[in-house]
Amino acid sequence: MAGPQHIVSAYSEELESLSADILRMGGLAEAMIRDASRAVVTRDAQLAELVIERDREMDQLETEVERQAVRMLALRQPMAADLRNVIGAIKLAGGIERIGDLAKNIARRSLAVVDEDNREALKGIERMGQAVSRMLQVALDAYARRDPVTAIGVLKQDDDIDSRYNALLRSMLVYMAEAPEQMSARSNFLFIVKNLERIGDHCTNIAKVVHFIATGEQIGDTTPSAPASNTKEAQS
Amino acid sequence: MADTSTSSSGFSPAGFGIGGAKIECRGINVRYHDKVAIEDISIKIQDKSVTALIGPSGCGKSTFLRCLNRMNDTIEGAVVDGEIIMDGENINSPDLDPVTLRSKVGMVFQKPNPFPKSVYDNIAYGPRIHGLAGSKAELDQIVEVSLQKAGLWDEVKDRLSAIGTSLSGGQQQRLCIARAIAISPEIILMDEPCSALDPIATARIEELIDDLRLRYCIIIVTHSMQQAARVSQRTAFFNMGELVEFGDTEMIFTNPAQQRTQDYITGRFG
Repeated sequence: MAGPQHIVSAYSEELESLSADILRMGGLAEAMIRDASRAVVTRDAQLAELVIERDREMDQLETEVERQAVRMLALRQPMAADLRNVIGAIKLAGGIERIGDLAKNIARRSLAVVDEDNREALKGIERMGQAVSRMLQVALDAYARRDPVTAIGVLKQDDDIDSRYNALLRSMLVYMAEAPEQMSARSNFLFIVKNLERIGDHCTNIAKVVHFIATGEQIGDTTPSAPASNTKEAQS
Repeated sequence: MADTSTSSSGFSPAGFGIGGAKIECRGINVRYHDKVAIEDISIKIQDKSVTALIGPSGCGKSTFLRCLNRMNDTIEGAVVDGEIIMDGENINSPDLDPVTLRSKVGMVFQKPNPFPKSVYDNIAYGPRIHGLAGSKAELDQIVEVSLQKAGLWDEVKDRLSAIGTSLSGGQQQRLCIARAIAISPEIILMDEPCSALDPIATARIEELIDDLRLRYCIIIVTHSMQQAARVSQRTAFFNMGELVEFGDTEMIFTNPAQQRTQDYITGRFG
């Protein structure tokens, strides 16, 4: 972290360890998104199980970050940039953990995907998964460097995710209408695409938190926008 | 709104509106013999609010505080120059009687220092010498009101004749605050008022400061960053005799403008 070291060296070490844990969670989330969307396309059940398995590690890391942050608030009473780092870590851990949940949900649904015919839609999902994973990567990069400019760049990428989402949604609806008897199985695609879009929203939030950590300035609207109907489903 | 009088790069014009500027300092320098203690301090302090002065030991914050009631006059070899305008009047003017000034500017010190007299006499002393009470009844009234304002009345009303030094540390400090209030000051200077107190007594004093700020202009020197953050509306950070940054307390402690402020309040090597 930038700036001189704390007089109490353990304090600096704790802050560094907090950052390292966030980055570890972020790296895990990136891989989970990539693998989950890959599992949808390849119908690789083993890969899907691996994603589901990793979510447990994610939850443990989140608990650890929260424990560390609460301890630091109590023992160190952080101020200024340190305070923003600790509060920011709690928020980031929460956001990244949610991404893990969404990726796990995608992996679960990949197991229920029955139709292999729609290669184009499947490719679209994989590409969207890659785009979202990249978005998270850039947000984490901004975090690692405490770089507000890169963080703002992430916000702009969300429009791209949204347009991919809308395009995929349209083609999915057509695809579902083609075979009403397969409606139930094919509806899994809708939730997969929706979950990817929600991950994009979480990346936007992460970027906003990074901007706050770096500058102390908040960028408005911190709640990811989502239609109420699918939110519950995505959380399962 | 604009603070053209300042030479400090960190001076923020924000925060006005709590009360008007009660004290305006322009280019204050203090030397002890050849040693410069503070240099070119310009700052506007608002009425009806708490201004905290923070900084490492020897940074000049207590020296600055002592300028505000001309306590440096009593220190051998101390030379103060610059203007300190209090309600339109320069308190460094040779025409001004420091005794009159000190009746307007009360002070509370680090170590509670009640007189070795009764609780009653501790409070009554100032009003007596300044002739503030016309009768015994009036004096009784001043003593009671001052003790009430200092949040001590209920604890000592039955032992007003007990000697002041027999109270607990926290009570003694509140007695000193009551004594300062008794002469109806407009400004109260506090030099680390809680550093000799336990956390509960400290919390009582902080609660009291929060209450007093509605009526007085309070300036507090503290080494506790958390205390400065809790009790003050504006904070000034001093370092090596210089005013590094002055602004709204919330900004100073969440997002200071100066790197030196950031390093100090987060406990880093400067």
